[in-house]
Amino acid sequence: MSQTIAPPAPADERLAARSAFRKLLGRPEIGALVGAIVLFVFFSLVADAFLRASSFSTVLYSSASMGIMAVSVSLLMIGGEFDLSAGVMVTSSALIASMFSYQLTLNVWAGVAISLVVTLALGFLNGLLYVKTGLPSFIITLGTFFMLAGLNLGFTKLITHNVATPSIEDMDGFSQARAVFARNFTVGGVQVNITVLWWIVFVAIATWLLLRTRSGNWIFAVGGSASSARAVGVPVTRTKIALFMGVSFTAWFYGMHILFNFKSVQSGEGVGNEFFYIICAVVGGCLLTGGYGSAIGAAIGAFIWGMTSNGIVYAEWNPDWFKFFLGAMLLAATVVNLVVRRRAEAGK
Amino acid sequence: MKRKVIATALAGLLALSACSSSGGKKADDQATKALGGGGPRIKIAMVTHSAPGDAFWDIVQKGAKSASAKDNVQFLYAADPDGGKQAQLVQTYIDQHVDGIIVTLAKPDALKDVVAKAVAAKIPVVTINSGAEDSAKFGAIAHFGQDESIAGQAAGEQLNKAGVKKAVCLIHEQGNVGLEARCAGAKKTFSGDLQNLFVQGANMPQVKSAVTAKLQADKGIDGILALNAQVALTASDAAKDAGSKAKVATFDMNKDLVTAIKDGRIQFAVDQQPYLQGYEAVDELWLYKNNGDVIGGGQPVLTGPAIVDKSNADTVAPYADRGTR
Repeated sequence: MSQTIAPPAPADERLAARSAFRKLLGRPEIGALVGAIVLFVFFSLVADAFLRASSFSTVLYSSASMGIMAVSVSLLMIGGEFDLSAGVMVTSSALIASMFSYQLTLNVWAGVAISLVVTLALGFLNGLLYVKTGLPSFIITLGTFFMLAGLNLGFTKLITHNVATPSIEDMDGFSQARAVFARNFTVGGVQVNITVLWWIVFVAIATWLLLRTRSGNWIFAVGGSASSARAVGVPVTRTKIALFMGVSFTAWFYGMHILFNFKSVQSGEGVGNEFFYIICAVVGGCLLTGGYGSAIGAAIGAFIWGMTSNGIVYAEWNPDWFKFFLGAMLLAATVVNLVVRRRAEAGK
Repeated sequence: MKRKVIATALAGLLALSACSSSGGKKADDQATKALGGGGPRIKIAMVTHSAPGDAFWDIVQKGAKSASAKDNVQFLYAADPDGGKQAQLVQTYIDQHVDGIIVTLAKPDALKDVVAKAVAAKIPVVTINSGAEDSAKFGAIAHFGQDESIAGQAAGEQLNKAGVKKAVCLIHEQGNVGLEARCAGAKKTFSGDLQNLFVQGANMPQVKSAVTAKLQADKGIDGILALNAQVALTASDAAKDAGSKAKVATFDMNKDLVTAIKDGRIQFAVDQQPYLQGYEAVDELWLYKNNGDVIGGGQPVLTGPAIVDKSNADTVAPYADRGTR
């Protein structure tokens, strides 16, 4: 009996191992992961300072500052939409919190709460305009992007007579709010910013949402094909609006980080950052056409961004070439992503 | 110097009115009116290369507006960082037949033709901030600004005085000629080693991590020269986080920065006095219109560098507080 069982057993093991490996290769973030490992090894070799624990903390902070937004932006992209207003919405959110607190001399938490309500309303407005008009989200959010940029500047000048808000450092509640949104703490002698933890929490929630809940299926469905999703009973309108509001939620959160970390807000900031969020999501395996991608991938994309932008500094390369290196690294990571995924699909 | 100019204007007007009228009282009245910003109401337009929401250009406008209020001038303002669009804006003001145009020559080639058009239309042009070397060539009557290289040299000397040996110069806008000139100027007089580091000015967390990364990569750095107040404050936070003792200095100011100088977090600021650039430009056009005066006699007039450090921060603080320094 042992003679008959023994031969098929290793065959089963091989089969099981390969299918797990294939399964792994089929994940959207696998290409980004390979790219991240390649970059990590590369910068470890060319930059002496890169491997220190304190450097790693800096890279993580930089990644988190992109990654928090990339989480919600990747969900939105999986749902088939873009949000070009995401970059300036961060600034709007910080400006609202700062100005309400300062001008009305409120506890800063009141400003934080008002800002949450207003920023979520902005996301709701983006979503509502999209579902009501049926115009591409690219156009809708391009419009709101410019409107917000103008409002940021217009209101700030009208109210403060300057282009930056006054510092709110000495106001009630500032230190608690700073502890929540911008605190540094020490882990094994290395300072880590709390945004890194929040980033991990957001990625975990988004991943759970995507892979383990019905809403996650809805997101993939509306991104794949909104009309067929509607035909099988997916609440397309509600899902899309919720995705835009997800972006505005993280914009609020990241805006609060900027406010409490840097104390005052420049009204012209944030323009152009929306592209970096989209880049993180795309590097992480989100398709520009929707229906495919992952939150973990976007996190790895943000990590690649953080490693690249700081790795160039650690390597002490000539700053004139900064953007070239950044672009080349991102392109390389995306190509690796593409190659790995094609291989995986061919092997199916 | 300004008082002298006003006195000259006053004397000129007195002389003029004395020629045209016989009554002493009337002449006195007219002179008083001129001092208080009288004369016929004129329209002056300013077109800069500022990006929206730039703190520096906000101060320039404040200077221009207060001179306009005094001189009975209607002040118009427009800006675009793109050279071609800036030229189009100048053209729209030529079409409106304004009485004077103030323009920045950050991209001189893009603005050369349109400045010539304004001159041909008999609209006096004053340049501010950037373009000192092209101003007169293009037909502008005067230029008010800081020579970026000279300002950089001043910063280099201050860094020497602070005992800095190895510093980084933070360029927050890639390809900006003025910023490059500041770092190059500082390099000229600074006796230690100075390298440039590019940081993304529109994204403070990235500025912070880039500076932290640099300080971690090279522990020998004991000085940071920022070219903008907000970047300087962020760099100072980054130095603290990185456990670095690097001394931070900067160009240009704001309210928080003056407080930071008082606290000793920032060593000094090189102030090019943007308020003065706006104020003098409007005043110059008014003087030219009403008295034919040219401040600086055709030579560029420097508005900086004025060094603000612990010794004079208290004096400057109230002005920075209201956003005019």
